[in-house]
Amino acid sequence: MKTFRKGGVHPAENKLTAGSPIRQAALPKQAVFSLFQHIGAPAVPVVKKGDVVKVGTLLAEAGGFVSAPVHSSVSGKVNKIDAVIDASGTRRQAIIVDVEGDEWEPAIDRTDNLVTLDRHPELDAKAIVEKIKNAGIVGMGGATFPCHVKLSPPPGCKAECVIINAVECEPYLTADHRLLLEHPDEVLVGVSLIMKAVGVSHGYIGIENNKPDAIALMKERAATYKDIEVVPLKVKYPQGGEKQLVAAITGREVPAPPAIPINVGAVVQNVGTAFAIYQAVMKNRPLIDRIITVTGKSVSQPGNLQARLGTPFSQLIDECGGLPEDTGKIIGGGPMMGKALLTLDVPMTKGSSGLLIMNKAEAKRTAPQPCIRCAKCVSACPMGLEPYLLATLSAHAQWEDVERLDVTSCIECGSCQFTCPSHRPLLDNVRLGKTTVMGIIRARNQKK
Amino acid sequence: MSKLIISLSPHVHGGDSVSRNMYGVCIALVPALLASLWFFGLGAAIVLVTSVVACVFFEWAITKFLLKRDASTVLDGSAILTGLLLGFNLPSNLPVWIIIIGALVAIGIGKMTFGGLGQNPFNPALVGRVFLLISFPVQMTSWPVPGNLTSYLDATTAATPLSLVAQGRLDELPSATSLLLGSTGGSLGEVSAICLLIGCAFLLWRRIITWHIPVSILATVFVLSGLLYLANPLTYVNPVTALLTGGLMLGACFMATDYVTSPMTHGGQVIYGICIGLLTVVIRCWGAYPEGMSFAILIMNAFTPLINTYCKPKRFGEKPGKEAKK
Amino acid sequence: MNVILIAVIVLAVIGLVAAAVLFLVSKKFAVHEDPRIGQVASYLPQANCGGCGYPGCSGFATACVKAADAGSLEGYLCPVGGQDVMGKVAEALGMAPVATAPRVAVVRCNGTCENRPRQVEFDGQQSCRVQQMTGMGETGCPWGCLGCGDCVRACQFGALKMNTETGLPEVDETLCTACGACSKACPRGIIEIRLAGPKGRRMVVLCNNKDKGAVANKVCKVSCIGCGKCVKVCDKFEAITLNANLAYIDAEKCKMCRKCEDECPRHVIHAFNFPPRGAASQNPKPAVTVKKEEATVEKVSRKE
Repeated sequence: MKTFRKGGVHPAENKLTAGSPIRQAALPKQAVFSLFQHIGAPAVPVVKKGDVVKVGTLLAEAGGFVSAPVHSSVSGKVNKIDAVIDASGTRRQAIIVDVEGDEWEPAIDRTDNLVTLDRHPELDAKAIVEKIKNAGIVGMGGATFPCHVKLSPPPGCKAECVIINAVECEPYLTADHRLLLEHPDEVLVGVSLIMKAVGVSHGYIGIENNKPDAIALMKERAATYKDIEVVPLKVKYPQGGEKQLVAAITGREVPAPPAIPINVGAVVQNVGTAFAIYQAVMKNRPLIDRIITVTGKSVSQPGNLQARLGTPFSQLIDECGGLPEDTGKIIGGGPMMGKALLTLDVPMTKGSSGLLIMNKAEAKRTAPQPCIRCAKCVSACPMGLEPYLLATLSAHAQWEDVERLDVTSCIECGSCQFTCPSHRPLLDNVRLGKTTVMGIIRARNQKK
Repeated sequence: MSKLIISLSPHVHGGDSVSRNMYGVCIALVPALLASLWFFGLGAAIVLVTSVVACVFFEWAITKFLLKRDASTVLDGSAILTGLLLGFNLPSNLPVWIIIIGALVAIGIGKMTFGGLGQNPFNPALVGRVFLLISFPVQMTSWPVPGNLTSYLDATTAATPLSLVAQGRLDELPSATSLLLGSTGGSLGEVSAICLLIGCAFLLWRRIITWHIPVSILATVFVLSGLLYLANPLTYVNPVTALLTGGLMLGACFMATDYVTSPMTHGGQVIYGICIGLLTVVIRCWGAYPEGMSFAILIMNAFTPLINTYCKPKRFGEKPGKEAKK
Repeated sequence: MNVILIAVIVLAVIGLVAAAVLFLVSKKFAVHEDPRIGQVASYLPQANCGGCGYPGCSGFATACVKAADAGSLEGYLCPVGGQDVMGKVAEALGMAPVATAPRVAVVRCNGTCENRPRQVEFDGQQSCRVQQMTGMGETGCPWGCLGCGDCVRACQFGALKMNTETGLPEVDETLCTACGACSKACPRGIIEIRLAGPKGRRMVVLCNNKDKGAVANKVCKVSCIGCGKCVKVCDKFEAITLNANLAYIDAEKCKMCRKCEDECPRHVIHAFNFPPRGAASQNPKPAVTVKKEEATVEKVSRKE
């Protein structure tokens, strides 16, 4: 079975919600649409206080090429545009809408009928990318990189294959798994749309073999698509990292930054993105909701919710049995790469793949001991870096050495810290080094 | 509800710990420990208990009174392990006071001087052992004959296989089987190669160590002594005997693989292992001492930082020859 | 006789060869040093304290020569030698002496544990920069002190100390050399290298919160809410400006009338090193700050 070769760890999977079907979350009373739901320039509001909006109405347009528009996921009245605390832990601009009823833009096709690509032969690559761009679709795996940018290969690069990331290597999360099980055909149409958009004839769907039901179902449905191949992968974290996934499926290694998968001919998209692309292109439905796994060992009714963007996390957790008494940490995303939240009053965004509640015992880190130089972090690093050295040098602000040792290649997967027997905060320091070095490099490039 | 905790990812940990690794090595030493008790009886028990207790005591005392740090980590297994390894490197008729001096040197000079766990450039047990070897050459090189279970200081002694080799008495060497099982003279822990190999297999299975260091050391010694044996079978031992005698097994599986003092990358570990093997054979064949394992490991410990500087792991996506272009 | 002769000859040859090698090496690897550096260094106290922010006196001398070549000695001060030494240095380099007013580091945050309760607990590498990456940090104030002591670790002179009760760093003005290392280490730019003021007296806005008043008000009891009262009361000197909801006192314009201190409804503006006011003072201030003032008045006057 295929997997990537270098490094990697195997965290306890804890997929508590793998068997719970997707539930529809209730409409929020007030929806909050952050203007920072993607990587790149923030969206620019096109509504003002008091405007009446419907489901699917454009709230803010893209603030540049690497940016994405934001649509309303509810109908109601714009209350205000103000700074609110979002999942990043800082206060940033957002559009706040008071919900009234549930009225949709008429152009959106709300039926469940499957629309396949051969029903719209007029759709060419340009039209598809344009529709994706206007629908505000971003990478749904959590990186939230605007989708249309990835589908427009830079000059000099030629896409050779499309890789769909259905690995879901993060422990606890099952949103992608459920999506595969419940909407396999829509996902496949989405994949063929992506393939058409970048003009390639080969598509792979990578699924880890801890989801045998999804692999079997997708293999069966994909049989009618002769150029889409379902690739079962051996379970290993961080296989969902796009560079690792490209290596696992094609055997090609993406060179050090600034190279990206397209440099070796691969376009990687998350399975949730494929589904959103299907809805945007075939159903005229902008990105207004997503599937999120609400889970945790102490949560009484964990599950996978299909929730409107902008719904506060507090409401989602209430629908799953309320916040447990012994909550120690609330994480937006999975336990390996997710972000600890300051409060539950944080709105769901396009990149919210999970909401994980950890109890007190799980939440607290063990006190670090001195590094015993066991080299387990070096073996675990999927990028072939030396986390122990980067962490020490960063802690002592030796930025030149940190840069020389390729800190910018770090994908912040956390394998080093996960595996460290001394419980050292390796990634805390490496991340500090990476952020600082990136800043230094940016400043240097600007000077030139 | 009390305060939430915030921290950067990852929010979960694999559950590995320093003590798990240290005690893992201790468990891996149990077969060899039983073998040493079987062959040397009372003497082995006294030496090992003294060595472990002394090491733990010195670690605790130095942490608490000299460094004035929290001494609660004294039982994390590292001091116990140092004590065990030091004991394994001593003859079973060594007086208690010498053992205590050895433990003091091992922990005090070998480890705590540099700042304690994880900071020592040299393997502490070997520092203690070599200190004793140089300071008390007579006591350290008189090896009791195995099988005398009730004797301690009064044990009858005999030459070890390696000293036979050094004296050129190749025809008196015991058979490979008895070397494997351990019914020959020597330090406590190094006599039974099979028990050490069982322990090494346990370490590999528990993923406490990787194969790179032991295999590269043993392979180098095997190949090199094989070549010498082919060149002149009358002066040099055959490679199987070379592998099974002296501290080679103990050193390759337990001493050279010490986390703190061995290189960080697999490539570096192989270089380190090959050099240890090389030095061992050189010292054995042409040096003044019959056994060179401890010196070889200590010398290569000194080179570990250099190896770490030059042996970098292959970066993801790095093409061979890219460095040259730079 | 022969033996002695051989010994003498051998030694002489070795000596000659060694001398030749030494001579060649010293020629080949000679490092040219600007003679002015040595001259400047000779005026310096040679205490190698590092108080100037450079590695030792020769490091400072090198920096001075470089600065003189660049055109100005401004900002270069040997805190030990003071104005006299700098005058000599300037003369040696053919520059006009620059009058440098003494400066001192000021922590512009008063968000003590009491004034600004911790809402969440940070768990991880105890470093402000790391905590900064989690977002707002423990207190919900995205501008205030994070309390992990990056500045304390950056200070080479032991002038900063973390007060465990308040959770804030405190500057020992007698030790501070205004080298600016702490200011650079602080990820939020809270520490300002400010004019120490006459007799060490100065007025400082002890807040860095640029949020709107309502938000700033919520997270901290002593935050600047940008109400502008201090700006109004200072209309005569125009020393106070309001920028992005945050008041700032221009130390060069400030006349130390202390009106702003009384006017501020949030007790954000603090007076440093003033003699204690009479018992009539109505100004309630956190006990710690008062203590600090009393402690530093004496030391600073000694410095004067």
